Amino acid sequence: MDAKTNYLLRLGDNALVLSQRLSELCGKGPALEEDMALTNVALDLLGQARMWLTYAGELEGRGRDEDALAYGRDAHDFTNVLLVEQPNGNYADTLMRQFFFDTWHYFLIGALTKSSDERIAGIAEKSLKEVTYHLRRSGDLIVRLGDGTDISHRYAQKAADELWMYSGEVFNYDAVDEAMVEAGIAPPAAHLRQQWLDHVADIFAEATLTMPPADAWMQKGGKQGRHSEHLGYLLAEMQFLQRAYPGAEW
Amino acid sequence: MQAAAQLTHDQVWAWLAAVPDPEIPVISVVDLGIVRAVQVTGDDAVSVTITPTYSGCPAMQVIEDAVRDALRQHGIGHVDIVTQLSPAWTTDWMSEEGKVKLKDYGIAPPSQQAGDMQVIDTSGLKSALKSGLKSGLAAAVSRRALPPPVVACPHCGSTHTQLTSQFGSTPCKALYKCLDCREPFDYFKCH
Repeated sequence: MDAKTNYLLRLGDNALVLSQRLSELCGKGPALEEDMALTNVALDLLGQARMWLTYAGELEGRGRDEDALAYGRDAHDFTNVLLVEQPNGNYADTLMRQFFFDTWHYFLIGALTKSSDERIAGIAEKSLKEVTYHLRRSGDLIVRLGDGTDISHRYAQKAADELWMYSGEVFNYDAVDEAMVEAGIAPPAAHLRQQWLDHVADIFAEATLTMPPADAWMQKGGKQGRHSEHLGYLLAEMQFLQRAYPGAEW
Repeated sequence: MQAAAQLTHDQVWAWLAAVPDPEIPVISVVDLGIVRAVQVTGDDAVSVTITPTYSGCPAMQVIEDAVRDALRQHGIGHVDIVTQLSPAWTTDWMSEEGKVKLKDYGIAPPSQQAGDMQVIDTSGLKSALKSGLKSGLAAAVSRRALPPPVVACPHCGSTHTQLTSQFGSTPCKALYKCLDCREPFDYFKCH
C-alpha cells in the first residue's frame, strides 16, 4: 500500500472510530441537547470518514469500497490513533477526548484545504465548517466543566491528566506522514503541534485547568495498527452485522 | 417523449425547482442551493451537479434519487448526477424566496453571512497575557466567542430569543426558544 493510501486510511479511520464511539452515547447522553450534539458530531465524522475511505479504496485499487474498508478489516489493519478508541468514560472523559481531537482536527483540516492533492483539499474544504463548529462547542464545554463546580473541575482535570498521553500520537510522524509532507499533501508536525499546544493552553487557562507538561511521555502505535484492547470490542459491535450477513442491505 | 423535443436548460431548472428537500419539504433543492449546475447533454440526457449540505447528511442519497425521479417523470431518459465538494455548500446560497418559505414553515432562516463564521480566533491569550492575566482572559474569551446572531422568532417576529442547543433535529439546525411568545423553534444555522 502506498503512502497516500495509508494516509487517507488514517484520516478515515480516525473519523470512523470516533464517530462510532460517540454513537454509543445515542439515547444515553446526560441531557437531550448533549445527546443530539454528540450524535450530530458523530454524523459529521461518519460523512467525512466515508469520503476519506472511498478515496483510499480507489487509490488502493483492490476493489474495496468504503463499506469493505469499514466492515471488513480487523483491528490490526485499522490505523486510527489510540486517542479516538479510548472508551467514553464519564462525560468529562468524553468531552476532553473530543476537545483534544477537535483542536488537532481543526488545524489539520485547515492546512489540508491547501493540500497539493486537489481531492484531499476538496474534502477538507467541505469538512472544515463542521470541524470548526465541533471545536467551538468542545472548547466551550471544557471551559464550562473546568470553570464550573468543584466536582466538574475535578473530573475535567482528571480526564485531562489521564488522556494527555494519547494526545501526542497525531504529531508523532512516521515515514508515511513524512512522505505526505514532502509531497505537499499534509502539513508538517512541528507547526501543527505548536498551534495545538497554544489553543489547548488558552482554553485550559480559561477553564482554570492545569495543562500537563508538553514534553510528557506519549503513547503511540495506533497509526501502525498496534491498538489497545478497546478497539477490538468497538469493531465487534460496529462490524457484527456485515460479518454475520456479508453484503446485507436494507 | 414530448418534453424532450425542446429540452432547454431553463426548463430543467424549473423542474428541479419543484423537487422538495426531503427533510424540509416546503423548500426545494434549488432554493437550498444544493443544485449547482445543469447541463443538457442530449435530446433526453441531462447532467446535474449537486453538492452536499453536511458531509454526513443522510438526505443526500434521497435528494439524488428525487432529482433522478423528477427528471425521469419529465421524460429524461439519461440522468447523470455529479457530486461536487468544492466550493463547499454554504447557506449564503439559499434563495431569498427559500428563506421566506422557511420562516413561514416555522424555521428561522440563517440570519447572517456564513463567511464570518468559519474561523476561530486562536491567537488567544499569548499576546494578551502581556497586558495582565485578567484582561488577557477577557480578550481571549471575546475573541473566541462569536457575536451571538440575532435570530428572529419565526412565530412572533421578536428578536428576544435564546439558544437552547447548538444542534437540533438535523445537522443543519439549532434549537432556540422565544422569550416573548415562549415558543421553541428551529434555527437554520449559518454554514
